[in-house]
Amino acid sequence: MTDATVASLAAEATRTPFGEFWRRFRRQKVALFAGLFLCALIAVAIAAPWIVPFDPVAPDYEAVLEGVSARHWAGTDAYGRDVFSRIVHGARISLAVGFLSVSLGSLGGVTLGVISGYYGGLVDSLIMRICDVLLAFPGILLAIAVIAILGPGIDNVIYAVAVFSVPVFARLARSSTLSLKRAVYIDAARAIGVADRLIMVRHLLPGALPNVVVYFSMRIGTSILTAASLSFIGLGAQPPSPEWGAMLADGRNYIGVADHVTLFPGLAIFVTVLAFNLLGDGLRDALDPKLRRL
Amino acid sequence: MTLSAAASPAPTPLVQVRGLTVEFATEEGALRAVDGLDFHIDPGETLAVVGESGSGKSVTSLALMRLVEFGGGRISAGSILFDGSTGRRDLAAEPLEAMNGIRGNEIAMIFQEPMTSLNPVFTIGEQIAEAVRLHQGANDRDARAEALRMLEKVRIPEARGLLDRHPHQLSGGMRQRVMIAMALACRPKLLVADEPTTALDVTIQAQILRLIRILQEEMGMAVMFITHDMGVVAEVADRVLVMHRGKKVEEGSATEIFARPRHPYTRALLSAVPRLGALAGETLPRRFPLVVIEDGAAGVAGSTTQSPPQDTVRGDRPLLEVGDLTTRFDVRKGLFGGLTGRVHAVEQVSFDLRAGETLALVGESGCGKSTTGRTIMQLQTATSGRIAFKGRDIFAMAPAERRRLRQKIQYVFQDPFASLDPRLTVGFSIAEPLLTHELVPRAEIDDRVAALLADVGLLPEHAKRYPYEFSGGQRQRLCIARALACEPELLIADEAVAALDVSIQAQIVNLLMELQEKRGLAYVFISHDIAVVERVSHRVAVMYLGQIVEIGPRIAVFENPQHAYTRRLMAAVPIADPTRRDRDRPMLEGEIPSPIRRLDDLPVVRPLVEVAPGHFVARHPIGDFT
Repeated sequence: MTDATVASLAAEATRTPFGEFWRRFRRQKVALFAGLFLCALIAVAIAAPWIVPFDPVAPDYEAVLEGVSARHWAGTDAYGRDVFSRIVHGARISLAVGFLSVSLGSLGGVTLGVISGYYGGLVDSLIMRICDVLLAFPGILLAIAVIAILGPGIDNVIYAVAVFSVPVFARLARSSTLSLKRAVYIDAARAIGVADRLIMVRHLLPGALPNVVVYFSMRIGTSILTAASLSFIGLGAQPPSPEWGAMLADGRNYIGVADHVTLFPGLAIFVTVLAFNLLGDGLRDALDPKLRRL
Repeated sequence: MTLSAAASPAPTPLVQVRGLTVEFATEEGALRAVDGLDFHIDPGETLAVVGESGSGKSVTSLALMRLVEFGGGRISAGSILFDGSTGRRDLAAEPLEAMNGIRGNEIAMIFQEPMTSLNPVFTIGEQIAEAVRLHQGANDRDARAEALRMLEKVRIPEARGLLDRHPHQLSGGMRQRVMIAMALACRPKLLVADEPTTALDVTIQAQILRLIRILQEEMGMAVMFITHDMGVVAEVADRVLVMHRGKKVEEGSATEIFARPRHPYTRALLSAVPRLGALAGETLPRRFPLVVIEDGAAGVAGSTTQSPPQDTVRGDRPLLEVGDLTTRFDVRKGLFGGLTGRVHAVEQVSFDLRAGETLALVGESGCGKSTTGRTIMQLQTATSGRIAFKGRDIFAMAPAERRRLRQKIQYVFQDPFASLDPRLTVGFSIAEPLLTHELVPRAEIDDRVAALLADVGLLPEHAKRYPYEFSGGQRQRLCIARALACEPELLIADEAVAALDVSIQAQIVNLLMELQEKRGLAYVFISHDIAVVERVSHRVAVMYLGQIVEIGPRIAVFENPQHAYTRRLMAAVPIADPTRRDRDRPMLEGEIPSPIRRLDDLPVVRPLVEVAPGHFVARHPIGDFT
């Protein structure tokens, strides 16, 4: 053959899709920082039982509503419990709720979305109309409804948040499936005789993944916030569990005399949600096909 | 024509470009798209800038308009002297705001994509009138009158009615006429035409080329014509500038370049151009003679090798039989999606194909050739008819048997950039059919992939790479390797070489023919490019409005065309020989009728009439041919 460039091609290094992503993501300093912060937070949350200075649930009536000091880094609450220890333990709950609920929601949503987009027709109409109904409720209201059925408790918060994550992920996966389905390589796969199931898993799902990953990250932030809200109104984690939203609810009665009891859990929620959102922004910039020159 | 430039005193050039260098900032540093380019354009002449993709020809035209800055480019050196109405100016040094007075007014531009270069929100009349108002300061009524006059000038029938239509209501050819009307509204001294006919069908292309030539003579303007198509160059150019990798390779008069190309690159480019009539008198197809070129280096082996004729047709029983195949699409309109009409994409098409034979389906866009291919491949559901593979009716098969058949019939798509999954290594893409049909034990897959890559002229280590790392020609090789993995007996090549540069196109065509010889493959070769079809096909079927109007051995159809449409189609093909430019030829006037029909309006289809052994022609009225 006379294709002169064939040989020259062998010289340069191959860039895998992941390598390409990492090369772009590395340059997003803010997102990188947010990602590192979240990694640290996860590490701390895992190690919480061994590193916290005080028991997060045992009351200490000798030290009620103490301010910030060297002994109590974030002061104590109305039962004399160390707020810092509670926040560190609360990170376990919040992160677990965030990850588990969004994982469940995205798994269900993406599966439904890809199926809906690929087959179209009646299947599509059915799935999408159900999603429309779910989306018509404000998220928190839907979660409250789910909890009203299942009963309060942190496990049920996970299911509740997962349920209202499903339709957004379904729509996301469906839209990217719809555009990819028209691609010639999907026709090419059909022409070869690849089964529908494999076409979806092998060719359509990877195409939807970048969007899903971006939204996944942002959604965890929202879920943590929703879980905290549910706990705040008493439907989520039950006392004395050191959940951030529940801590806020406990502390609000003392906001005039001991503002640190609400300030620090509030900050924890704020910083964590912000970090997930910034990470999502960075991921989007690194994964957006419009910015990529593949 | 300005062939006598040497004899008369040289005119002051309208445009004089010296040392033009354009760079684009990329992640890997500055990319030099145009490198030290010198050329000039005389008043009233047509300069054709030719080159393959990536040669910098479009960037050159954008630099001339100073539009290159909007695309992230930068003119880093050189001058563009333009002899405008306000004296001689260096466009490369003008501030960008000053260019607004020159763009559109003195230099106008038309683009390749007539589909996207008109604003869909405004009517045709408003858009032309706006151009007139902007540049001539006319009031609304005068501008509208001028718009109408311009539309008449570009020979649009019923121009007055067109003024109030929106772009989506027009065909591609009509839109390009409107673009030309807009460009010429201010009587520019220079028209820059960037691949203006590439997206159009040949018969429409012939009309537009003729129109540009007539208007140029009427208005005395110069034209800078950018194209990759040597046939078009031969039709329009006075002088030719050949570019390769941002540099000038050769410049000269059209007759000189075609008759005596000096640079080896030009010779290679010309040798790869399919010329209609190259196989006149021969019954069998024959591969392209290729000039081997190594990275544009001078002094390459300029040997053309003449290949033996492609005598590969085997077997008496047909491999594929298609009988009265009909594919229609429903057109639904209105709130409740009521059925209002049907697209008659394929209308009672019948043909057969033997092993080792190539049947070309030719025709213009919308004639149903691709739908025929897709229906045979079962990517599209047939409305009625019969498709039999080795005597077995496909529609009567059980689903499992039909799936297995997908192994024996393979498809190569037009766009090699879109037909490979960008997220998978090419090795996996080639292995996918092997895995799907379990053709090879898993342990041997790597070896098979390597062997297939070698078959199409690539290296085994390419298997680990991703599609974006390959050029268009290489990707098409990959697609062919993928199709071959199934060990098919029939390959449907749907415009498989249309998106490729000519030199690559010739290589891929030769590869297909080589594979046919080695493996006895049968091809359904779907193409709009008649010159390529002449090279590859044993038999040809000409399609028009979903029907085959003429089918027969290639030599019979090409040298003794019986149907009027076949004759028009042949005549519209640009011929890469400037000396034959003024040949008298019947032009197809107007547009191809729409294949959309009302529900109760069924087309008349009668059996074709045999005029010579194996040569059949439609004698019943179809569309405009009665």
